[in-house]
Amino acid sequence: MENLAQIAMESVNFQAIMPSLVLCCFGMVLLLVSVFLERGRTAPICWLSIIGLVVTGIISINGWNDPQAGFAGGVVLDNFATFFNLTCLIAAGLTILMSDSYLHREGYPVAEYYPLILFTTAGAMWMASGTDLMTIFLGLEVLSVSLYVLAGFFRGQLRSNEAGLKYFFLGAFSTGFMLYGVALLYGVTGTTKVAGIAEAIRLMPDASSNPMIIAGAILLSIGFLFKIGAAPFHMWTPDVYQGAPTPITAFMSAGPKAAAFAAFMRVTYISLDSLQVDMSAMFWVLAVLTMTIGNFVAIAQKDVKRMLAFSSISHAGYALVGMVAWNEVGFSGILFYMLVYTFMNIGAFAVLVLIGKQGEDNLTLDGMAGLGYKRPFLGVAMAIFLFSLMGLPPTAGFTGKFFIFAGALKAGYVWLAILGVLNSAVSLYYYLRVMVYMYFRDPVEDFSWVKMEMATIVSILIAIAGVLYLGVLPGPVMELAKLSIF
Amino acid sequence: MLENYLPVLVLIGIAVAFAVGSVVMSGLIGMKKPSAVKLAPYECGMPLVGSARERFSVKFYIIAMLFILFDIEAVFLYPWAVMFKRLGMFGFVEMGVFIAILLVGFIYVWKKGALEWE
Repeated sequence: MENLAQIAMESVNFQAIMPSLVLCCFGMVLLLVSVFLERGRTAPICWLSIIGLVVTGIISINGWNDPQAGFAGGVVLDNFATFFNLTCLIAAGLTILMSDSYLHREGYPVAEYYPLILFTTAGAMWMASGTDLMTIFLGLEVLSVSLYVLAGFFRGQLRSNEAGLKYFFLGAFSTGFMLYGVALLYGVTGTTKVAGIAEAIRLMPDASSNPMIIAGAILLSIGFLFKIGAAPFHMWTPDVYQGAPTPITAFMSAGPKAAAFAAFMRVTYISLDSLQVDMSAMFWVLAVLTMTIGNFVAIAQKDVKRMLAFSSISHAGYALVGMVAWNEVGFSGILFYMLVYTFMNIGAFAVLVLIGKQGEDNLTLDGMAGLGYKRPFLGVAMAIFLFSLMGLPPTAGFTGKFFIFAGALKAGYVWLAILGVLNSAVSLYYYLRVMVYMYFRDPVEDFSWVKMEMATIVSILIAIAGVLYLGVLPGPVMELAKLSIF
Repeated sequence: MLENYLPVLVLIGIAVAFAVGSVVMSGLIGMKKPSAVKLAPYECGMPLVGSARERFSVKFYIIAMLFILFDIEAVFLYPWAVMFKRLGMFGFVEMGVFIAILLVGFIYVWKKGALEWE
């Protein structure tokens, strides 16, 4: 007890949490600044939050190849965490860029929106760098609580309320599953450390038939699968994605999803490595189920936002293929795919942000008719993002899927790769349908209300640049992704 | 290993049996002389004032939420104060950070007007 403080001091390593720490400080400062600004003035907060993200990004990049562990082994800032941190930062940055004009148009110019996004991102970073199930849980909660609020941000809109409430109830429920899994694993192994659990399971002679370990692994996975939006835990996705403010939908489908994948990968790849055969079998079924449900239900959607929600489910399925493969190619493929998905999906939502009327009732297929002629730039941008979501060659979607399916093939899952490619073929139908409406239908609307907001355009341009760069020259980033695997 | 939990199971059984038994037995052998006052829901011994299913102002929830927040601060401060000498400078700085974060929240809440009733 004498050296209590000393022990606590020694395990403190602020280097290991520096990016999220800076982000949290920015969030708090923004909250303070926001109350001293007059109501409805959000532009300074918006730009300050962008500065916060850039500063955090620079700090993250400086930590590359310089792994830091701290807080009694609860947190580690390795390349893996840094890669996901940067993915989340890009997602948050693109989201904030398109948000300000959107919030004013929809009549909710509320400054708290930006600090909440920063806190969500900080939570996502803790998830990516957590090496203790408790740290991961802490990150998950910080991320989720901020997202619940953001999903229900338009408090006067019934749809947004529904999204917030549904997300909250189902999210709390899934958190319960996850905690139960953590408790069971702790009960068997006596530790919550990711590496400690791996060690304990390895020493157990009959680990793969121990009911406590199996139940713990499954319950823990359910918590992550819910956040990823994988079938059969995808039920919340369409309603929440449709009801939430469009930039938040874009953010939710990229940043937090990437963070959930990060923690999921770390836990399964390190802790549950001894159960690889069983876990891969489980992921195989889930991946096929998720891809198929996402793609087939998306065909029936008339609302483009809802269609993109189902497409996001199917993309979680593609990424799960990398989990099945359980090899370096598959895992680095997931890292790469999450980055790619961030660019293409947020880009697609940014176009929707621009063409929406107040209330966003016009974001249907009919509402998109003739967009390609009336607004050529938005039409071309949307076309690029849709091509990327389909996975066609010059774009990043192709390279992303290529790496993931290559991982599956390398691990011998030929049928899984075939099913994945078949699913991509199915997805052509509903993505191309949007293109058909944009270019081959007579315009119903004249799109006169569309204001080309500078910040949103910048966001779209960055997303296009990302999609094309990662599609044409995937090599450098893929190398970084390979270096990020622990 | 599961045998260790047998006492817990037995205790749960006894608890359920006792609760169910008490209710059933008093229903079977107890005297019943109902009157309007006896059947009324308990409200501190006072005559009833309206229904319990009323809408409360959302202000109460804000106050309750803030109370919990600052209540937790006090809960943390007690053990910290007891251990203060052993924790030394480290403990002082850590608590300072904690209070500073709460202070940011407090200023925010104050300026937002959440502490004003009207």
